[in-house]
Amino acid sequence: MMSEATLEISLTVNGEQVTKTVPVRQHLVDFLRNELGYTGSHLGCEHGVCGACSVRVDDAVIRGCLMLAVQADGAEVVTVEGLTETGEIADLQKNFVERNAMQCGYCTPGMLMTAAELLRDPKPVSRDEIRGHLSGNFCRCTGYHAIVDAVETTINTRLEEG
Amino acid sequence: MKAPKFNYIRAESRQQALELLDQLGEDGRILAGGQSLMPTLNMRLSQPDTLIDINKVSDLSGITLEHNVVRIGAMTRHVEVANSPIIAEHLPLIAEAMGHVAHHAVRNRGTIGGSIALADPAAEMPACVLALGATLVVESVKGRREIAATDYFKGLYETARAANELLVEILIPVEKSGDVSVFLELAQRHGDFAMAGLACVARVSNRSFEDLRLVYFGSEDRPTLGASAIAAVVGQTWSAECKEAAANALANDLDPMTNLQGSAAMKLHLQKVLTGRALDAAIERAEAA
Amino acid sequence: MNKETPITLLDKPNSYVGRTLSRDAAKRAVAGRGRYTDDIMPARTLHAAFVRSPYGHAKILSIDVEAAKQQQGVALVMTGAELAKMCTGPWVGTLVCFDGMKSEPQHPMAVDRACWQGEPVVMVVATSRAEAEDAAELVTVEYEELPVVIDKETALDPGTPIIHPNLGDNLAFEKTIETGDVEKAVAEADIVIEDTFTFGRHTAVSLEPRALLAEYDPGTERLTIHTSSQCPHMIQAVFARTLGVPEHNVRIVAPDVGGSFGLKIHTFGDEIAATAAAIKLARPVKFIADRLESFATDIHARENRVKGRIAVTKEGIITSLDIDVRSGAGAYSQYPRTSVFEANQILNITGGPYAHENYRASTQVVYLNKVPTSQYRAVGHPIGNTVGESLVDQAAVACGVDPMEFRRRNVMRDDSYPRISAAGIEMRDLSHQQCLETLVERMGYDALLEEQAEYRKKGVQRGIGIAAFIKGTAPGPAGYYGAGGAPISSQDSCTIKLEPSGGVICMVGVTDQGQGVDTVMGQIAAATLGVPIESVRVIEGDTDAVPYGGGTYASRATAIGGEATYQAAMKLRAEILEIAGVLLQAEPDTLDILNGHVVDKGDTGSRISLAEIGRIGHFQVAELPNHIQHTLSATYRFRLKDALYIFTNGIQGAYVEVDTDTGFIKLLNHWVIEDCGRVINPQLADEQVRGGCVQGLGGALYEECVYDGAGQLQNATLADYLVPMAGEMPDIEVAHIQTHTGVSELGAKGVGESGTGAAPAVVMNAVNDAIRPFGGKVTAQPMSPETILKALGKV
Repeated sequence: MMSEATLEISLTVNGEQVTKTVPVRQHLVDFLRNELGYTGSHLGCEHGVCGACSVRVDDAVIRGCLMLAVQADGAEVVTVEGLTETGEIADLQKNFVERNAMQCGYCTPGMLMTAAELLRDPKPVSRDEIRGHLSGNFCRCTGYHAIVDAVETTINTRLEEG
Repeated sequence: MKAPKFNYIRAESRQQALELLDQLGEDGRILAGGQSLMPTLNMRLSQPDTLIDINKVSDLSGITLEHNVVRIGAMTRHVEVANSPIIAEHLPLIAEAMGHVAHHAVRNRGTIGGSIALADPAAEMPACVLALGATLVVESVKGRREIAATDYFKGLYETARAANELLVEILIPVEKSGDVSVFLELAQRHGDFAMAGLACVARVSNRSFEDLRLVYFGSEDRPTLGASAIAAVVGQTWSAECKEAAANALANDLDPMTNLQGSAAMKLHLQKVLTGRALDAAIERAEAA
Repeated sequence: MNKETPITLLDKPNSYVGRTLSRDAAKRAVAGRGRYTDDIMPARTLHAAFVRSPYGHAKILSIDVEAAKQQQGVALVMTGAELAKMCTGPWVGTLVCFDGMKSEPQHPMAVDRACWQGEPVVMVVATSRAEAEDAAELVTVEYEELPVVIDKETALDPGTPIIHPNLGDNLAFEKTIETGDVEKAVAEADIVIEDTFTFGRHTAVSLEPRALLAEYDPGTERLTIHTSSQCPHMIQAVFARTLGVPEHNVRIVAPDVGGSFGLKIHTFGDEIAATAAAIKLARPVKFIADRLESFATDIHARENRVKGRIAVTKEGIITSLDIDVRSGAGAYSQYPRTSVFEANQILNITGGPYAHENYRASTQVVYLNKVPTSQYRAVGHPIGNTVGESLVDQAAVACGVDPMEFRRRNVMRDDSYPRISAAGIEMRDLSHQQCLETLVERMGYDALLEEQAEYRKKGVQRGIGIAAFIKGTAPGPAGYYGAGGAPISSQDSCTIKLEPSGGVICMVGVTDQGQGVDTVMGQIAAATLGVPIESVRVIEGDTDAVPYGGGTYASRATAIGGEATYQAAMKLRAEILEIAGVLLQAEPDTLDILNGHVVDKGDTGSRISLAEIGRIGHFQVAELPNHIQHTLSATYRFRLKDALYIFTNGIQGAYVEVDTDTGFIKLLNHWVIEDCGRVINPQLADEQVRGGCVQGLGGALYEECVYDGAGQLQNATLADYLVPMAGEMPDIEVAHIQTHTGVSELGAKGVGESGTGAAPAVVMNAVNDAIRPFGGKVTAQPMSPETILKALGKV
């Protein structure tokens, strides 16, 4: 029987340098949740379809369940906790709360992570385009209407405020 | 759904990757973008002995234009292809297809080489490279081989690449000035596997097709050239009769797979509809140009 | 015209009741500070994985666990037979209210025989889930395949194998209800329409899968389970009884629940197994169902075929409706809520909005070698509403009457309550007429018809759909769970306390899964007591901390839990005013509470703060006369008296575009006008309707658990079982009519399932409206592109 192969990795998570020895088969979200206690990223399918696991690696949003932790060696990882701390999407989060753009909250970190991409260089977008952008993030509770409202409000406000 | 145990080697160079592939044979699997491999690992549908991670191999990605050929490194992420001005200008077929490739987060990791190496029948890139007459370049410890796209896709998830070969780049002649291309796909939801799809490149003159490539995907086990449909159209002035002739001829070209998405009969029907729509669009685009 | 209860505290200006307020839980969710069961990681937690039957039906000949036991990290390997020894039971999923119902007893893990693909057979517990799965691969089970029964239509045929020989046949339950004389009405009718409808099997697909963390302390014999459940008290009752742990020693905590939709009102054998492991090992054991096993073990629902017939006069008046329902359950009747509820509900509600007097509805529920079925959001309503509303549309067309007008002629009048429906159910406080007229206005119905005609001229086929509905919410104890003998509470309670500093703690037996139950209870409590909402804390989801209740199911939380909260708050308020009266030397009925201060009625100046009352009441009791025996705490328990449900009503509209070449459907607009009585928090009520609609649309367009002839689930991944995503769903406009229910002072009814109950009906009607000019008609859900193309004769 094969033994559990491990590797030491060194990476930055939410601005903090981290060094750990991990099983090579452990995916990034299990690493973040179980080794570092960042339970904000969630698992809904572990086959890359639902988007609950979305995290930012080297400035790009990716499916955390489809990346091995060992592949994040040397990378900069940002989770929803990190996004909250920097305040990068504080307006989006506030609009989510006000508009009730979540119910159970399980899809929310992934949804915010994905929506954040639209805010980085805000351009006028239609509701259909917002829906298209979020089309890889499953929400079972809201039916998406409120989420689209919250994202639209945030983009429009950012555009107005320049 | 936790992956089974495997060994993991991070290839530092192309040469190392090739040597590992050669040594390990069937026991080794290339880990590129991981967007297709990782789900199968998590579901324990595949249990490779060793993963060879090529994400740190620096000379496998990038998009350049040389002498009317676009050279795309196999590890180029879908997002880079989607945002590339070279692709937008010289390979508009691929630019148009990129919006159908999965979702944002998947495009940030998934690679064009991974998509072509896997040859999922519903994938967009294999159809595009076949329609564009691309050449796939593979390397092994024994050297470099160039394979025409028409010779590359052999069957369901089956390609001409040998187990010890690594797909390293894709060479695609630019779409000729005066040509138009149309990419159409039918999927129940954004980013889903295609139920039916068509990559079309055409030379149109006075509402008639002088040259035409129609490559169907999603319904077949591999991207499939619609030779009879093309024959029914080339040289004819585009008309309702011509559209019907192409649709009727398509039954000779396609042998759709019945699966969860629908019956073979339905898929053939959808491909006929897409053919008419793609050719209408090609005429329109040629007139607008 | 809204029928309202007399002006109460709740109706004061600026009342919290009727106001949109944000949820505190939302602030945690956006920061990634949710606390779901898997986020709780006590030291030395072990993880469970299962070996599950790969066959739809098979004898278990032998099990070899030796290699698995030797694996690194493995703490326990347990077979179904070993688990059975630790359990009472086995479970029998019948309720006495379902006359004649029968079910084979079910062990939490299969013992001699596996009866569905996915049934747990062996549990492996190890230091990580990955290691548990590694070891599970080394368990060898020898099976002998048995014939499978997959087709509900032939399940009762003489030649079909009987899944459970002890039962004598594959029939779980049958029932017929009949009012009036259907055959006579049909014979005399001007127009009779008959049709057959089929509905695919669904599963809930909560994004957070089923999750359980069990901890047992052998010293105190206390069993503590954190689990993603809607019904902590029921879990307490069932797990205590099944595992033989005294009920008062069992604590169930539902932390944040990542979506539930009725899935998480049930009990599952793999969860019992994981708990048994925790007891045996005296270490925390966690079980998180992964997505693949969720598809193969979460309860399924909706698999029904309905033959329906409607009889109408040429003036467009319905004289009779009859249906026959063949319902496909799973291998066992789910314990303790049964697998026959959905079929029973279809009989209760089909054609429910209408005033016809002749009705017959019959059902046979049959066992199949598939995942067991049970209640899932809107239980039966998506099916009954689709059948009724499609027949109504077809009748309207046959009579040459506009579908909206046809409904206008047939719905129960708003001033005709209380009354008994043709199904024998008491209806009261409904507003079909008002909802209909509101929909006409909101949809811009007449303009929409014109627009549709314009598009048709251009060759674009758009369809307009309407679906009126009723929805049973907030069941009472006279109904199924109570009268049926289930250990499930149909009453609910609130205990509310004033704290020394003037804060209010409100402990409720209903639970929150994100819909905002805690916020709504807080609004009711704050409004009733007259305190700022920031000073109210609602506690729910912990059997150690709340009065006994039923949790959340059947849209009961606001209607039942809300009334309990209101009444408890009224009691506490009375006590506070009594104390204030003593301290202020005033009559209590001259006093009021405003913003956390006792004031003279009609005035705003503070006479004494609730903080002061709290201080005196808890610390300086001697300041009060000895005869004042206050507790500064009140408990109230509320239940329906005689009614089975609080019925609600509404009407939905849909506007779609059908691509008749590809069979693809585009959802353009969606409207819901519904009456859930008094609305406490408009935004939360709207969002329940929206989310519910989209869940229903998923079932109408995409979702189906596909089985092959060998009982193998073909599409058990999220890539193959298609759930609705943002790209395809419409914006949904919602409006509420508020006809308060007379069964409570709060006047609130349930709203959580109304969207789901009629969305499939309205979208199918819209699609059929679009393709009717081509002679096309669909009567099967999901309405895949292929079903549309077949209906159009293109394939």
